[in-house]
Amino acid sequence: MSEEVEVDPVTGEQTTGHEWNGIKELDTAVPRGILIFIIVTHLFAFGYWVLMPAFPIGWTYTKGLLGINQHEVVEQALVQLQDERASWTQKIDQLPFNEIQADQALMTNVRDSGRQLFGDNCAACHGQDARGRSNYPDLTDGDWLWGDGSPEAIAETLRVGINSGHAETRMAQMPAFGRDAILDRQQVRQAALYIYSLSHPDASTPENIDQIEGGRTVFADNCAGCHGENAQGDREAGIPNLTDQYWLYGGDLETIIETIHGGRAGHMPTWDERLTPTEMKTLALYVHDLGAGAP
Amino acid sequence: MISGLTRDERVQGLGLLAVVGAAGLVLAVAGRWDALGIHGLLIVLCCALLAGYVFFRLGDPEPTEERLSRYYDDPTKVGIALSMAWAIFGMFIGVWVASQLAWPDLTFGQAWSSLGRLRPSHTTGVIFGFGGNALIATSYHVVQRTSRARLAGHVSPWFVLLGFNLFCLLAVTGYSMGITQSKEYAEPEWYADIWLVVVWVTYFVLYLRTLARRKEPHIYVANWYYLAFIVVVAILHIFNNLAVPVSLGSSKSYTIWPGVQDAMVQWWYGHNAVAFFLTAGFLAMMYYYLPKRADRPIFSYRLSILSFWGITFFYMWAGSHHLHYTALPQWVQTLGMTFSIMLLVPSWASAGNALLTLRGAWHKVRDDATLRFMVVAAIFYGLSTFEGSFLAIRPVNSLSHYTDWTVGHVHAGALGWVAFITFGSIYTLVPSLWGRARMYSPALIEVHFWLALAGTLVYVFAMWNSGIIQGLMWRTYTESDTLAYTFVDTLVAMYPYYIARAFGGLLFLLGAIVGSFNIWMTVKRGPVAVEAGRDLPAAAVALTPGE
Repeated sequence: MSEEVEVDPVTGEQTTGHEWNGIKELDTAVPRGILIFIIVTHLFAFGYWVLMPAFPIGWTYTKGLLGINQHEVVEQALVQLQDERASWTQKIDQLPFNEIQADQALMTNVRDSGRQLFGDNCAACHGQDARGRSNYPDLTDGDWLWGDGSPEAIAETLRVGINSGHAETRMAQMPAFGRDAILDRQQVRQAALYIYSLSHPDASTPENIDQIEGGRTVFADNCAGCHGENAQGDREAGIPNLTDQYWLYGGDLETIIETIHGGRAGHMPTWDERLTPTEMKTLALYVHDLGAGAP
Repeated sequence: MISGLTRDERVQGLGLLAVVGAAGLVLAVAGRWDALGIHGLLIVLCCALLAGYVFFRLGDPEPTEERLSRYYDDPTKVGIALSMAWAIFGMFIGVWVASQLAWPDLTFGQAWSSLGRLRPSHTTGVIFGFGGNALIATSYHVVQRTSRARLAGHVSPWFVLLGFNLFCLLAVTGYSMGITQSKEYAEPEWYADIWLVVVWVTYFVLYLRTLARRKEPHIYVANWYYLAFIVVVAILHIFNNLAVPVSLGSSKSYTIWPGVQDAMVQWWYGHNAVAFFLTAGFLAMMYYYLPKRADRPIFSYRLSILSFWGITFFYMWAGSHHLHYTALPQWVQTLGMTFSIMLLVPSWASAGNALLTLRGAWHKVRDDATLRFMVVAAIFYGLSTFEGSFLAIRPVNSLSHYTDWTVGHVHAGALGWVAFITFGSIYTLVPSLWGRARMYSPALIEVHFWLALAGTLVYVFAMWNSGIIQGLMWRTYTESDTLAYTFVDTLVAMYPYYIARAFGGLLFLLGAIVGSFNIWMTVKRGPVAVEAGRDLPAAAVALTPGE
């Protein structure tokens, strides 16, 4: 070990005289810039401590000269935001749907905020474009399972949900005719063929006409009670029309058999406590607006 | 490896393996209805394999007393090999999880390969597996050289190294079975945590005993940092993991810290794990291998003192900046933020001390990729410590928090600083350790350097962009004063950056594979050093038998 102080030829600085396995150290003074930098950061910290809540004292803490409290800051920001939005949300709250729809400025507000509301709450099932997918209805096609597609009806569906936990929930359930042995395999198949032929008249051929006619009887005895004699359903009770081209679970023969065999009970959550009345009303208008061009 | 141990030491090792194996058996029986039982069996299996290896070599020739006049480097060699193996494992998992974010089907629908289980395998693999093994291996090397004394023991260095790897193995296999405390960077459950305490206290005692044997009047800076790393990690680990198991037969435990205090303890731990595991330990590497490689004296001893105590004191307060704008009282946030700002100066003093040490050696940086690894590390250290202090400022944090910016910041430090200084140190260390004149292929070190640098830059720039875009989208309002973007809108915006991030990580992984190959070939076929025998402890007479 050498305890000899040397002068480093490159920098002209002295070493400390320490050496570890060939590593030496220079005794360079701490650069002034670093000292200044230390002073600046410390002054900032001391200043911040004086102005802001900083140190605990027993059960309380130093509040700081500015008297800033993060909880109050958040509350004030929320109140301010509500105030700014109130310019249009108050009208949404107070006006009936048709008057809002007639007000183009208000509808711009609805489209602005409805897009984000829909994207964060509805799109997970109905899709970003609201066109749904298998088992989740398309909201843009003008066909409605529940209600007439008016903003009022949509708002009601949002509020109570379908087969949800809400006390006033919209409820609709189709029994499992096959699984629960209400119908035998032959009857399920005949009913399915009949139902399929309602929306696909070409499917009726001389070879299967007997089957279809058998299905007509099965339908009249088991299905018409809900779906109606003419199979056109009832939108006030969430019962689908079986004669059109709109199928929630699929309109091919196999899927219809599956539906009759296992039954169906769709689900949509209630948004009553998750969204405010203003948000639900805005969403109802937004969703209605999406399908405004539909037949 | 076994040839460096006497018969008595081999028997001691078998005894230790029997004790640990018995503990594993107890866990296997007690936890037979739980995943804990599988871990018990894993411990038994590891102990049995190692015991078999030792048992069948009990009769091998013993070393002579002459071994005491040399440094004990066998554990360092194994530590480096383990470190590189964990690097490839951890980085591979990293590339996988990064790809899952862009292409979610890459989970293949399995529970063990879901992002929530692979992600801690990545962090544990790279931080503890790669980083931890590198720290243990280099600390053994450095403490001997800077003390001119042989390690204080022959069995305990193995106990620490292999025990630590058992901890890592329990951690990673546990995640795949769903065992976790759900505390970031402290996921392993109570039994693994207790085991790590035993290992770590042994490490501490071993390190102190070796330092106590030193033949130098002063303790070198690198050892201050290694010791700070060992002491503080022990304290952090113990306090953050205080928990009560559901039963002795269950892997599940519940923390003793309630609510916001749990959050505070967790981030006091989390941030100081960054400080004392990922910073102090690697600064120790830098303080030894950088001046060694550059063959220059440290720029300023005084600056070393200032930065060491600055880092040690200020870091302890900074953890609460992870909890800005939360239920944590605002005064705690104030302290976290202001101490983070004061921390910047000692951090930069360390980076500056490293870069100024290179005065008169910059031409070597141009020519020598190994030294360049360490220089880039010092630059990234400076960069990410500035970024850290900046992100700790509350209004800045309100934009950056919970976004990819945080991920970018962490990787600027983890890739640019931690991994670069480790590769530079390993490339310096490997030839001397195996008696080689140089690494097998200097060209492959260049290849590794540029792959690693390109990977880091692609990764960090992608995450900066992604994070800032994400943060801005979250706070953009429409003219109707409602939020403009949905959550999915932000994901769509981040998609290209996710792909870039996975690509950057892939480059970094390729670099690590090239590096591992180069190390392997150096050990197997590197050119033998002509000048040998200088790397010895103080005169052998100073080492009495039994020491």
